[in-house]
Amino acid sequence: MYGQYTFSDLKSNLKKDFSGFKKVKLALLSDSASQFLNIAIKGFGYNRQLHFEIYEADYNQVDLQVSDPFSELYTFNPDFIFINFSTEKLLTAFYETESSLQGVFSDLVLQTIQKYMDVIFSRTRSKLIINTYPEINDSVFGNYSSKNEASFIYQLRKINLLLMEKSQENKDLLICDLAVLQAELGYSFISDKKMYAMADMVYSVDAVPYVAKIITDIILSYQGTFNKCLILDLDNTIWGGIIGDDGMEGIQLGHLGLGKVYTELQLWAKQLKQRGILLAICSKNTEEIAKEPFIKHPDMVLRMDDIAMFVANWETKVENIRYIQSILNIGFDSMVFVDDNPFEREMVKSAIPELTVPDLPEDPANYLAYLRSLNLFETASFTEEDSERTKQYQEETLRNILQRSFDNGNDFLANLGMTAIVKTFDEFCIPRVAQLTQRSNQFNLRTIRYTEEDIRFLCKDPDFLTISLSLEDRIGHHGLIAVIILKKQDEYSLFIDTWIMSCRVLKRGMENFTMNMIIDLAKENNFEKIIGEYLPTNKNGIVTNHYKDLGFELMDNKWFLDVASYQEKNTFITNSNKAWTAIRY
Amino acid sequence: MDSNQILSELNTIFKDVLDNNKIQLTTATTAKDIEEWDSLSNIHLVIEIERHFKLKFTTSEIQSWKNIGELVNSIEKKTSK
Repeated sequence: MYGQYTFSDLKSNLKKDFSGFKKVKLALLSDSASQFLNIAIKGFGYNRQLHFEIYEADYNQVDLQVSDPFSELYTFNPDFIFINFSTEKLLTAFYETESSLQGVFSDLVLQTIQKYMDVIFSRTRSKLIINTYPEINDSVFGNYSSKNEASFIYQLRKINLLLMEKSQENKDLLICDLAVLQAELGYSFISDKKMYAMADMVYSVDAVPYVAKIITDIILSYQGTFNKCLILDLDNTIWGGIIGDDGMEGIQLGHLGLGKVYTELQLWAKQLKQRGILLAICSKNTEEIAKEPFIKHPDMVLRMDDIAMFVANWETKVENIRYIQSILNIGFDSMVFVDDNPFEREMVKSAIPELTVPDLPEDPANYLAYLRSLNLFETASFTEEDSERTKQYQEETLRNILQRSFDNGNDFLANLGMTAIVKTFDEFCIPRVAQLTQRSNQFNLRTIRYTEEDIRFLCKDPDFLTISLSLEDRIGHHGLIAVIILKKQDEYSLFIDTWIMSCRVLKRGMENFTMNMIIDLAKENNFEKIIGEYLPTNKNGIVTNHYKDLGFELMDNKWFLDVASYQEKNTFITNSNKAWTAIRY
Repeated sequence: MDSNQILSELNTIFKDVLDNNKIQLTTATTAKDIEEWDSLSNIHLVIEIERHFKLKFTTSEIQSWKNIGELVNSIEKKTSK
């Protein structure tokens, strides 16, 4: 699909209007000529509403730019640094290495990379992107290379694996997997020997848009833009045939007909669900008939408890997708809709342009490979809570039903029996806290993104106070759903650096409970003022009046609250840990 | 394909790639005559020319052209085969 953007398309994007797009500063350092890559990344950004400001280092200046503390790289102060290494240069370096050291070549390469990382991370807050190397067998040892540690391909593969390991050790090292790109497209497609000979460009002009897409995918996910939900059609999408006509025994699944194709698609969807992607069903069908295979068919992979929302009726898909969105309460721009019917797809696309609607190939045999090639579910994190997400949304549906049985909201809240677990950040919650700062767009007052490293750093800083809040009720656990980071501004005042809440718990009075907690903490530590700030984005409109509603007063774009005159807010949430204010300076 | 036809199709490619609608190629035109025609855009031009005329140049051919006329000759030779 992204092959549809040619280099010329991306180049012509540069003339378009980038105003209003999110700005990202990217430094591009390369050991080969990178001008085309620069153009392609900037142009690709336009398609994803990103305004890349790119500093492109002069040709082959990686070492100089990284080691010189006064280099343009550091003056530029990038959000992301992409160091683009080429296999061609690696091969030359390998040949120039003494033969007695070729067997440990990968260690030498990794030492250099570690050196770059140390310097970059000590001087900047940038994230560093490094690519894996596309594979070349230099045919010096042929297939015997596998048996010889000192062969080039053996060392190259080892480098790629070591890079992945290094990125697991260091959260700020991100990998742009060009080895996988090459596996998909082939070396003869991604490289252009003529351009390499004439201009030292290693990638073909057809390959640079793909590299640009990978870089953009990675950066977007770290900016908090990624897909969270997969909406699936049923008939001829996750099974072959039409359940209403063919019946349970007639639909193609498992060994029947093209069944394997659909079974493998379901297996993939199930993996996504385990990773934390919400699955929703949207089908024109009678509900009971549509659900039957999920309950009874022996070859179904997806079962009812894999599905966060099941919508089967005779309304239009547009209406049903709007309904799914309203219940799950996530943006259309984080949802993917997969349907075999081009007519339905077009209807949905034109009605809800923010939604991602892949144009499935005509032949179902190609569905899965095509979907995989789009890399729709890039992510910047994975925590244990992710795999629980579907269950939490199912519980949410139960709460909705319960709520309808009460005439007024307060009775419902009182009946829920909500308990909050209040803690200062600990090692267990740090991944989830960092993830909330990365993912939350709506109930997020200042939208400051933190990595796990950042959070650990700030836990050690005596000027910071942290609160994590988890919520449970008689229906289930919400998990960790709110994060507060307070910064001592001066002896008397506390600044609310971060206030984030998951939209799963909107309208539970969590804001009131949290505010009471902040005040308790302020009192314990003899602060007199609380200062809040609202930084508007395209997505956090729901908290525009957050501080006003809590009784803060606006002065010079900051919100102020006097601790002594604070009136404790009404809440239906009880605190499971009365002693929590023991955390103090 | 005759050389006038080739020249006119080349002109379209040059306008497109170099993003300059005023370009009027003649057989005597060289890179010096067109501001946007630098070594980088030259590579892009070659790729688009190869794609358009469905042919491939060797690196030495690419480096041998002194003006547009010689490029036209190269294309004419390859397309008449």
